[in-house]
Amino acid sequence: MRAAWLIRLCLWLLLCLFLAEPQLFADILRPLNRENAPTIYTQGVLWQLTLIHLTLTAVATLAASIVAITLAILVTRRSGRDFLPLSRSVANIGQTFPPVAVLALAVPVLGFGSAPTLVALFLYGLLPIFENTVTGLTTIPPSVSEAARGVGMTAAQRLFKVELPLAAPLILTGIRVSAVISLGTATIGSTVAARTLGEVIIAGLLTNNMAFIVQGAALVGVLAILIFDLLTVAERAFANRFGASATA
Amino acid sequence: MIEIDAVSKIYGAMTAVETVSFNVEAGTVAAIVGTSGSGKTTLLRMINRLVEPSSGAIRIDGEDTRTVKPFELRRRIGYVIQGYGLFPHKTVAENIATVPQLVGWERARIDQRINELLDVFQLNPAEYRDRLPSELSGGQQQRVGVARALAAEPHILLMDEPFGALDPIIRNKARDDLSAIQKKFGTTVILVTHDMDEAIQLGDMIAVMDGGRLLQYDTPQNILLHPAHPFVADLIGQNERPFRLLSLAPVSTAVESGDAEGAPVAETATLRDAFAEMLWSRRSALPVVSARNERIGRVTMDAISRRAAKMQ
Amino acid sequence: MNSGATQTSEDLRDGGRALWYDKVGLLVAPIAVAAMFLPFMSFAANRIVEAESRSILASLPQTYAVMLLAALGVAALLLLVRTSTKLRAVSAGAAIALLLVAAGLAADHLSADANTYARVRPASGFWLLLFAFSLGLTDAITRLRLRPTTRIALATAALGALLLLVSSGLWSNISFLKEYENQAQLFWREARQHITLSVGSMLAACIVGIPLGITCQNQRGTRSAILNTLTFVQTVPSLALFGLLIAPLSWLASNVPVVSALGIRGIGTAPALVALFAYSLLPITGNTLAGLEGVSTSAREAARGMGMTRHQRLLRIELPLALPAILAGIRIVLVQNIGLTTIAALIGGGGFGVFVFQGLGQASIDLVLLGVIPTIILAFASAVLMDAFIDMSRKERREHR
Repeated sequence: MRAAWLIRLCLWLLLCLFLAEPQLFADILRPLNRENAPTIYTQGVLWQLTLIHLTLTAVATLAASIVAITLAILVTRRSGRDFLPLSRSVANIGQTFPPVAVLALAVPVLGFGSAPTLVALFLYGLLPIFENTVTGLTTIPPSVSEAARGVGMTAAQRLFKVELPLAAPLILTGIRVSAVISLGTATIGSTVAARTLGEVIIAGLLTNNMAFIVQGAALVGVLAILIFDLLTVAERAFANRFGASATA
Repeated sequence: MIEIDAVSKIYGAMTAVETVSFNVEAGTVAAIVGTSGSGKTTLLRMINRLVEPSSGAIRIDGEDTRTVKPFELRRRIGYVIQGYGLFPHKTVAENIATVPQLVGWERARIDQRINELLDVFQLNPAEYRDRLPSELSGGQQQRVGVARALAAEPHILLMDEPFGALDPIIRNKARDDLSAIQKKFGTTVILVTHDMDEAIQLGDMIAVMDGGRLLQYDTPQNILLHPAHPFVADLIGQNERPFRLLSLAPVSTAVESGDAEGAPVAETATLRDAFAEMLWSRRSALPVVSARNERIGRVTMDAISRRAAKMQ
Repeated sequence: MNSGATQTSEDLRDGGRALWYDKVGLLVAPIAVAAMFLPFMSFAANRIVEAESRSILASLPQTYAVMLLAALGVAALLLLVRTSTKLRAVSAGAAIALLLVAAGLAADHLSADANTYARVRPASGFWLLLFAFSLGLTDAITRLRLRPTTRIALATAALGALLLLVSSGLWSNISFLKEYENQAQLFWREARQHITLSVGSMLAACIVGIPLGITCQNQRGTRSAILNTLTFVQTVPSLALFGLLIAPLSWLASNVPVVSALGIRGIGTAPALVALFAYSLLPITGNTLAGLEGVSTSAREAARGMGMTRHQRLLRIELPLALPAILAGIRIVLVQNIGLTTIAALIGGGGFGVFVFQGLGQASIDLVLLGVIPTIILAFASAVLMDAFIDMSRKERREHR
C-alpha cells in the first residue's frame, strides 16, 4: 500500500520536473535521434500545452457530466420514461461512433482549433456518464425505492436522498471513463489544430523525430495514468464514506 | 380506527382487490392472510396510498385518506416491507431518523428517539448506531426496519411479510418482540402474511383473502372454529386445526384446582405447549405455576382435549 | 415475493392517462418538419467558390419536391400520433430510404446544367431529416424487441441496399461519392487494411486473452497484477501508445535482421497491430474472468459431483456458461478497434483514417466523409451483429436450463 503511494508521488514529481525543466532530460532522449535533430519540443512550451490539454479535458468532462446526469435523471422520471429505451439505444449507437469520427465531423461545422475538439470531447464524453447514471438510477433495489416511497419522501427527496447517493459510485465511474477517453481524444485534437500535447507527437511523426514522439507519448501516457489513478482513488474515498456496499 | 370501505383496485382487465370492507380497531392487530396474488399486498398498499384505490374509501379516525397528500399520509403511518428496504448508504441511526427528519423534529429529540428505539429492539446504541445495514445480521436488519417505521411515533403500522426473510428460530423471537412492542406503544398494526400460524399468533382479527375478495374477517378463534369458506378451511389445515386452537389460549384459561406430579408449566405458556409436554413426559396432568413461580393448580389432558374440540 | 416491484410499474402505467400523441414523436416530428425548410443541398460551381444552399423545392423538379415533402410530412405525422410500433418503424424506414434516393436525384438535378467541377453535397436539412427519422426508427426498433436473427437480417438488408445505391450510380453526383469514384481502388485497399487491422488484432487478443482470463480465475494471486497492468495499458491514449511502440519496433527492425525480413518496421502495420492488440486484452481477459466468476456454484458443484475433471468442467460447463460475457468482450473490442484503427493512419498503418486525416489536412469535407462514413457503418454493423450473437448465446443458455 505504501509502495503504491511512493510510486504515485515519484511519477507526479517526475512529470512536474519534466514539464518545468525539459532540458534536463535532453540527454536521455538524444540517442533516439540523428545527430543534430532537436531533442526537446520547443515550438510550444510543454507545460503550457499540458495545461491547455488538461483544461480542454476538464471543461468537456464537467459539461458532459452536468448534461448527461440531468438527461439521465429526466429519462428515468415518470414523465420522461417514454424516452428511456430511445435514449439508451442512442447512447449505445453513439458509442460505436469512433472519437476521431466525431472530431472530424465537428470540423466542417465549427472550423479548426479548440472549438471542434471541445465539442467532440463533450459529445463523446456524454455517453459513458449517461449510461452509467441511467444504470445506477434504474437498478436501485425495489425494496429500497419502495421504502423511500413508504416513509413519505416526495419525488425530489427520493431523488436527492436515496437514488442519486446510491447511484453515485456508478456515476463517478462513468465520469472517470469519460475523462480518460477525453484525454485521449484531446491528443488527436491536435490534428484539427487544437493546441494539445498531441502536437508534440504529430510533429515527431511529421519530421521523423523519434525524441519528439517519445516525449509526447510518454507525457500523455503518464498524465492519463496519473489522472485515471487520481480519479480511482477519489472514487474509492467517496465509496468508503458512503458505504462500500452501497449497491449490495 | 381504520375503516376500509368497499375498496377495489382494477388494473386494466384484472381486478386485484374487489370491494373489500372491514374495520380495524385502534390498538389492535389485524392480520391479512392469503396466497400470493390474493390481493393482500395491494390492499395494504392502498392504506398508505402507495396504490390508489380504483373505488371505495379508506378512513383513518374518520378522516378520508384522499384528503391528505400521499407523502404526508405516509409520514404518519409506519411501513415495514419484506427485505426491509433499509437505505444501504445510511447508518442505522440515519435510517431510523428518516421520517423524524422529514417531519422536522429537532436534532436532540431525534437522537433521543433513536437511542430509545434501539434499546427497545435490544440493539446497543453505542455499538449499532453508526453501523451500515450491510454490517447487520438479517434479524438485526429486520429490527432496524421496524424501528425506522416506528420512529416518528405513528399510531398505525403497516407490515408486509415483515418476518418472511428470517430463519424460523429468529422469526419466532421477532414475532414475540413485535407483540410486546405493539402492546407497549399501543400501535394499530395491519400485517400481511401468507402464514396462518403467524396470523393466529399475532392477530386480534384475521382477514382471509383470495382472488382479490375478502372471504372472512373474524377473530382467530372463530376462523378456526367456523371457517366461512372451503378455502379458509383449507388454509387452516384440517389436521392442524386442534393444535392451532390450543395455541390461541394460555394455560391460565384451563387451570383447575388440584395437584400433579413432575416439572410444572407456566400459566403464560399456551395450551399447545402444555399438551406437547404431557405427550412427551407421558403425564395426564401438569402442575401450573404463576409468573412468581407459585403453584396455582393443575392442567389436565381432559381439559385440554375439551378445548381442542370443535364444540365447546 | 417481488409483487411490490411489478405493482409499482403497473401502478405507474395505470396512473398515466392515455395520450393521443407519442412523446418521442413529439420530439422527433417537429425536428423533421423544421428540417424540411432548411437547406437540403449545398451547391458549389467549383471547389473554390463558396457553396450556396438549396431548399428541397429548389433542389428537385417541382413535382418530385412536392411529393417528397408530402411523404415526409405523412411519415412525421405517423411518428407523432400513437399508432402501432410496427407502422412507426416502417414509415420511419421508408422516410429514410426516400431521403437517400432524393439526395441522389437532387444531386443529378442540380448538376444537370453545371460543369464537372460542380460540387453538390447534402446540407443541414438533409442531415437533420436523416437524424430525426433515424431517431424515430431507433425508438420503434428498440420497442419492437426483435429477435436476434431478425435483427441480423434487417441489418444485412440495409447494408445491401446501401451498397446497391452506391453501385447503381444514383449517388454519383454527390461530392463524396465523386471522391469515392476517383479513388475506388485505394478505398477498397484501405477498407481491407482497416478490417485486417481491427479484426486481426481482435483475434490475436482472443487467443491470448481468453487463456489469460482463465489463468486469472485459477490463480487469484496474479489476478490483480494482470488486470491492473491491462487497465493501465488501456488508459494510455491511442496516439501515445502508437507513438511509444514506434521506437522499440524501429530499433528491432534495424538491429534484428529476422524482424526486418518479416517486413516489420517502426511505422506502419506492426505498431498499429501491436497497439490494437494491447488495447483489446483488457476487455477480453476481464470479460472472460467475469463470465467464469458468474457461473453459479451449484452448476460448478454439480459438475464436480458428476465426476468431471477440471478440464472437462472448464470446457463443458464453465466456458459455455461464460460465453455471453466473452462475446460481450469481443463486441467491445471490435467496435473499439474499428474506431481506433482510424488513428493508425497517423503512423502509416493505413485504413479509413487515411482519408480522414488527408481530408482534414486539405480541408476537404468530402474526403473526411469518405473515411468517416464507412468507419461508422462498419462499427455499427459489427455492434448489431455481435449484440445479436450475444442475445443468441444467452437464449441458448436459458434453453439449456
